[in-house]
Amino acid sequence: MRVKYFAWVRERIGKAEETVEPPASVRTVDDLIAWLAGQGESYAHAFETPRVIRAAIDHAHVKSDTVIAGAREIAFFPPMTGG
Amino acid sequence: MANVTIRIQQADFDIGREIAALTEGRTDVGAVVTFSGICRGSEGDEAIAALTLEHYPGMAEAEIARHTEAAMSRWPLTGVTVIHRVGRIEPGENIVLVLAASAHRQAAFQAAEFLMDYLKANAPFWKREEKPGGTSWVDARGHDDDAAARWTRS
Repeated sequence: MRVKYFAWVRERIGKAEETVEPPASVRTVDDLIAWLAGQGESYAHAFETPRVIRAAIDHAHVKSDTVIAGAREIAFFPPMTGG
Repeated sequence: MANVTIRIQQADFDIGREIAALTEGRTDVGAVVTFSGICRGSEGDEAIAALTLEHYPGMAEAEIARHTEAAMSRWPLTGVTVIHRVGRIEPGENIVLVLAASAHRQAAFQAAEFLMDYLKANAPFWKREEKPGGTSWVDARGHDDDAAARWTRS
């Protein structure tokens, strides 16, 4: 699946998007955050406070317990500050 | 038919032209409420040289469209315009425009406020501030979530 990062999540990880293949045990958004956090120091830094991270699946906001099966694109970003 | 315009762009917008686009050729519009958000030159005691706005292309448009549809189903609107700028914006420049048009003022006032509250809390945009001491991402404010939540019908 394609994963996108925005704002300081993107800066900490050092890339805007990538394709990842997590193991089958990664079922929910929370699981994916925990798995990504284990992919290296920059990921651990980006996801060090999981409760502040917001997620979207295929351009719609989702809660952290949402199952990710079937998702084409998952995005992670900080709380929004537009307007 | 309602006029709906949603744009995300780097360029500035002309508020007069956007209002005219909601009223031209029709006589059923009695009220157009305009909200324009403008870049401030300071935050508290700190000077701000500029903001840089990042967005999530595709989702930002989709999220604004969802909120616009929600507003149209809730109030009898003749038109809605939402324009959000991205990129580097200096103090005094426009950031965002929300127009809500209706036959009567109450629907237009309420819809404009609803759209702005939802936009601030839910539309995927992020601001970065340039200050004398360096640049930093703007922290989200809890009261923006509270402002959006008050429109939720129980």
